[in-house]
Amino acid sequence: MKSLDELAKIKESRRAALKIREGVPSATEKAHVMMCGGAGCISSKCLDVVDAMKEALNKNGIADQVQIILTGCMGPCDMGPVAIVYPDATFYRRLKPKDAEAIVEEHIMQGNQIPRLMYRTPGAKEPTPRVNDIDLFAKQKKIVLRNNFYIDPTSIEDYIANDGYAALGKALTKMQPEDIIEEIKKSGLRGRGGAGFSTGMKWGFTAAASGAPKYVVCNGDEGDPGAFMDRSVLEGDPHSVIEGMAICGRAIGAEQGYVYVRAEYPLAIERLDYALQKARKNGLLGKNLFGSGFNFDIEIRIGAGAFVCGEETALLTSIEGKRGEPRPRPPFPANAGVWGKPTVLNNVETWANIPEIILKGADAYAAIGTEKSKGTKVFALAGRINNTGIIEVPMGTTLREIVFEIGGGIPRKKAFKAVQTGGPSGGCIPAEHLDTPVDYDSLGALGAIMGSGGMIVLDEDTCMVDIAKFFLDFIVDESCGKCSPCRIGTKRMHEILDNISNGKGKEGDIELLEELATTIKATALCGLGQTAPNPVLSTIRYFRNEYEEHIRDKKCSCNVCELKE
Amino acid sequence: MINLTIDNQQVVVEPGTSILEAAQKVGAKIPTLCYYKDLNIIGACRICVVEVQGARTLIPACVAPVAEGMVVKTATPEVIKVRKLILELILSDHPQECLTCARNQNCELQKLAEEFGIKEIRFAGAKTEYPIDDSSPAIIRDPRKCVLCRRCISVCTNVQTVQALCAENRGFNTLIAPAFNEKLADMECVQCGQCSLVCPTGAIVERDDTAKVWAALADPEKHVVVQTAPATRVQLGEALGAEPGSIFTGQMVAGLRRLGFDKVFDTDFTADLTILEEGNELLQRVTTGGTLPMITSCSPGWIKFCEHFYPDLLDHLSTCKSPQQMFGPLVKTYYAEKEDIDPADIYCVSIMPCTAKKYECQRPEMNSSGYQDVDVVLTTRELGRMFKQAGLDASNLPDEEYDEPLGISTGAGEIFGASGGVMEAALRTVYEVVTGETLENIDFEVCRGLTGVKEATVQVGDLPVKVAITNGLGNARKVLDKIRAGEADYHFIEVMCCPGGCIGGGGSPIPTDTDIRLKRITATYTEDERMSLRKSHENPAIIALYEEFLGKPLGHKSHELLHTKYTSRGVNK
Ligand SMILES: Cc1cc2nc3c(=O)[nH]c(=O)nc-3n(C[C@H](O)[C@H](O)[C@H](O)COP(=O)(O)O)c2cc1C
Ligand code: SF4
Ligand code: SF4
Ligand code: SF4
Ligand code: SF4
Ligand code: FES
Ligand code: FES
Repeated sequence: MKSLDELAKIKESRRAALKIREGVPSATEKAHVMMCGGAGCISSKCLDVVDAMKEALNKNGIADQVQIILTGCMGPCDMGPVAIVYPDATFYRRLKPKDAEAIVEEHIMQGNQIPRLMYRTPGAKEPTPRVNDIDLFAKQKKIVLRNNFYIDPTSIEDYIANDGYAALGKALTKMQPEDIIEEIKKSGLRGRGGAGFSTGMKWGFTAAASGAPKYVVCNGDEGDPGAFMDRSVLEGDPHSVIEGMAICGRAIGAEQGYVYVRAEYPLAIERLDYALQKARKNGLLGKNLFGSGFNFDIEIRIGAGAFVCGEETALLTSIEGKRGEPRPRPPFPANAGVWGKPTVLNNVETWANIPEIILKGADAYAAIGTEKSKGTKVFALAGRINNTGIIEVPMGTTLREIVFEIGGGIPRKKAFKAVQTGGPSGGCIPAEHLDTPVDYDSLGALGAIMGSGGMIVLDEDTCMVDIAKFFLDFIVDESCGKCSPCRIGTKRMHEILDNISNGKGKEGDIELLEELATTIKATALCGLGQTAPNPVLSTIRYFRNEYEEHIRDKKCSCNVCELKE
Repeated sequence: MINLTIDNQQVVVEPGTSILEAAQKVGAKIPTLCYYKDLNIIGACRICVVEVQGARTLIPACVAPVAEGMVVKTATPEVIKVRKLILELILSDHPQECLTCARNQNCELQKLAEEFGIKEIRFAGAKTEYPIDDSSPAIIRDPRKCVLCRRCISVCTNVQTVQALCAENRGFNTLIAPAFNEKLADMECVQCGQCSLVCPTGAIVERDDTAKVWAALADPEKHVVVQTAPATRVQLGEALGAEPGSIFTGQMVAGLRRLGFDKVFDTDFTADLTILEEGNELLQRVTTGGTLPMITSCSPGWIKFCEHFYPDLLDHLSTCKSPQQMFGPLVKTYYAEKEDIDPADIYCVSIMPCTAKKYECQRPEMNSSGYQDVDVVLTTRELGRMFKQAGLDASNLPDEEYDEPLGISTGAGEIFGASGGVMEAALRTVYEVVTGETLENIDFEVCRGLTGVKEATVQVGDLPVKVAITNGLGNARKVLDKIRAGEADYHFIEVMCCPGGCIGGGGSPIPTDTDIRLKRITATYTEDERMSLRKSHENPAIIALYEEFLGKPLGHKSHELLHTKYTSRGVNK
């Protein structure tokens, strides 16, 4: 890519070809079928639906007038396979191969949408045809996932059509490195990988650090069990990450980037690799981008899949080809990252925000969210909730809105008990705090954390001792074993919890758990250990009576634990 | 400079100083376990946590650098409570076997438990159970006693560059062991025992062979002789509670006699002999176009290292056996004939600062007398144990002399114990042999000290002799890589496996650190100066040995008894 003009030309021509996805009927094409190709829908066999649809198109001789595009995850995975049919933007769910013929022959050829395949809000009489009218989507705000309904993740032109790489062009031709960092600082963007550190400040430190070369790293390890926000981005919109990283490269003076992805994400790796090739071919990676003299390229590093490898220092060590174990900070990666060189490390979702901020400006971005938490956050909703899957909401949306409006409430008329946020490092928030706005600080104050965006809804049948044990079980398995408080302390906590849930709990166990928990939090080497006690502490904080019941009465009211007298 | 407050006192220190070091300046001793000065600073055990004003968590003092205006509290009740709990956790995964442990009363973990007054361990959960690895003739690993401080990994990887140990598995099951939990004996482990020196606990210890020695001493049929390595006399005192740098030569001899050894001989004698053999080998290589540089072969850990990692350079090794292995066959031939004792009845014990010598004496080629030349090797630590068992109060023993003839030695033999000593001893002799002149100043200061790689050019007659001296295998690598690359024009290189040379060997008293090494080195040169003879070729017993038995250096008998060959071992995949 030599210039902004050249980019604009590609955008214009591609955009014309994609008008149909904006609702403008086309003279030559009857429809674009955006079939969700996220992992959830692939496992519910969306590819069979695609085959059936191709067959139906062929049979009717209109294969050349309809495009079928596999997108990244659209969000409501439990309804998969899902699809959107343009130009009328009809949302279909739970598709079976046998439905393909109907979609082709009735909807695409005759213009009659198919109500039985549409989404119906619980309690509503009529289904909602248009995707953006569906309450589940209407309450969301998509920045990170801005492209997942619209683009073919394997098409760089699609990405460009939706303003892709315009931010990079702007950063390289119209902004100074300091301006870029200033803009990111002003946007209020905080890291989406868990700790919520100011992204602009991190870039500023790295830019100011002495040492060369510098590096830009993307954390795509995504180890929280049940989380797949980052995978959705990498699979659905890989160029947004590439573009974000290249902008950072310019801002801090780095020419090399690494994306660390776990080996369990083969499709993400494949899509990203393909996108990297395309970006290189189009001069959006490589030498002298936009004629600015700036060079940048990215390599993929595949992780072995240990949870702790997502911790920044462990990840950097792993990139160097060594055992992925955390090391003490300072020095921070900003001063001594990969190979001891200044390094910016950000999460996938953080990266995907960058182009939007640069293109639309920090003020527009900072207008979204709460005072100290700006923009949107992607969550993976799971557990006892009607709509599971991926959502993106403005910071400050309340838990109640997420659980009961977007998530559709609790199935089978059960009562809500708590929501667990932040995965194994997080905590449980009970019903009395449902109106808490979701942002970094509010969740922290409740003893939970934003984390990377895991959100598990628990209903009245969930035993909180059991939940705490479940998360600690994960931690005990995933502790790297380097520091003693985490290695031995979490094991001992787990043993005590195990005793409590087996009916062998004794007076003093809760206090001992608390003593262990506070010590581990205060002394563990890395974030894994420092947050590991959170699930236990927060359940003791809000559900102490359940612990006491197990210990004193040898009873589990939820009938989850099997207690022996 | 950085200004900070520690325990309400102002401190000014260099940037980059750790809180731990800064606290020492105001007399605050923060407890540590995984930390080892200059070697292992990884923040793993968390015993050293302190309170830093404004910090989200407690801060590990050993790894955290000071910062301007920092306010540190090293011993608040809260901090002490937390440290105690961490210690309790560590102890909850530790066998309570102090009474039967090699490190009893010399164990950092035990000491911490005592200092913190741990009276109860409230956690009765699982313990890590991995089998003891006693495959190696020198080193025994007991992972149950391991606190995962990783000092052994640091010394093996960064100092010795052997990488025989690594961290495996994760979480509670983490194990420090050879890769894939292989047996140490099957690895490139060079048996140097440096890991046993830095281990804070009894998780890596020397193989204790004292029982074999007690049994031999109890056997009336056996004629039990002992040789003591140069370094042992500047070490034994420490093993018995004396200050580092104490010289215990005469008391050691006296004590060994009290223990019942029939003859107390000295490895210094064969150190002198080594100089004659090795010096002549060097001259022969120089004059006949043999492989140069020639490298010393006194250090069995180094030999094994070369066999594994630089098998292509084995021709550079002197063919001389180490002094201990020259001693063994001489006792069972020369001495046996002289005293008319059946060599089958001779039991030859070595006291060494070295664990690798336990391995060396079992090498199959080490039986040129027709018997295993050296029957058993004890480290200085084990000898200290025998003294204690026998109730020998070394400081009250008289100064006694070694037995003749294999106990007669020179200062040149004595300095073998310090890095550079073999080189200095060789130069003292080679100079006089080649030039026929008397050396004015026999102190080759360039050879001395702890520097990892020392280089010098010494004019010997017409020949400027270029030499290099390395200690610690990582430093050896630097010079070996130069040889490989064809960039080394040395004639002679001294390589010692252990940092500082044998005075810092893996069988030394614990602790052995840089300061202590320096004190032992000073003591070594003091011993040298005290000797009336300080050049190996002037040792009358050596002269007699050649006259009566060996003939001449590099002669037929020498080749049979005093020289050896090496095996290319390579590296496991
Ligand atoms: C145990 C542990 C696991 C982590 N896993 C991830 C992960 O999978 N992905 C991620 O982006 N950050 C993860 N983090 C956070 C990273 O250490 C780091 O803070 C983050 O990648 C920085 O990027 P950000 O500022 O954009 O959030 C993890 C942290 C800890 C302590
Ligand atoms: S806190 Fe846990 S995961 Fe982190 S370094 Fe310590 S043992 Fe490893
Ligand atoms: S290692 Fe130390 S604490 Fe452990 S048994 Fe031995 S002496 Fe006792
Ligand atoms: S004896 Fe030496 S080589 Fe063997 S493991 Fe210990 S430090 Fe490494
Ligand atoms: S064996 Fe010793 S030195 Fe090595 S990690 Fe264990 S306790 Fe530390
Ligand atoms: S995978 Fe299709 S909606 Fe998530
Ligand atoms: S001594 Fe500081 S963490 Fe172990």
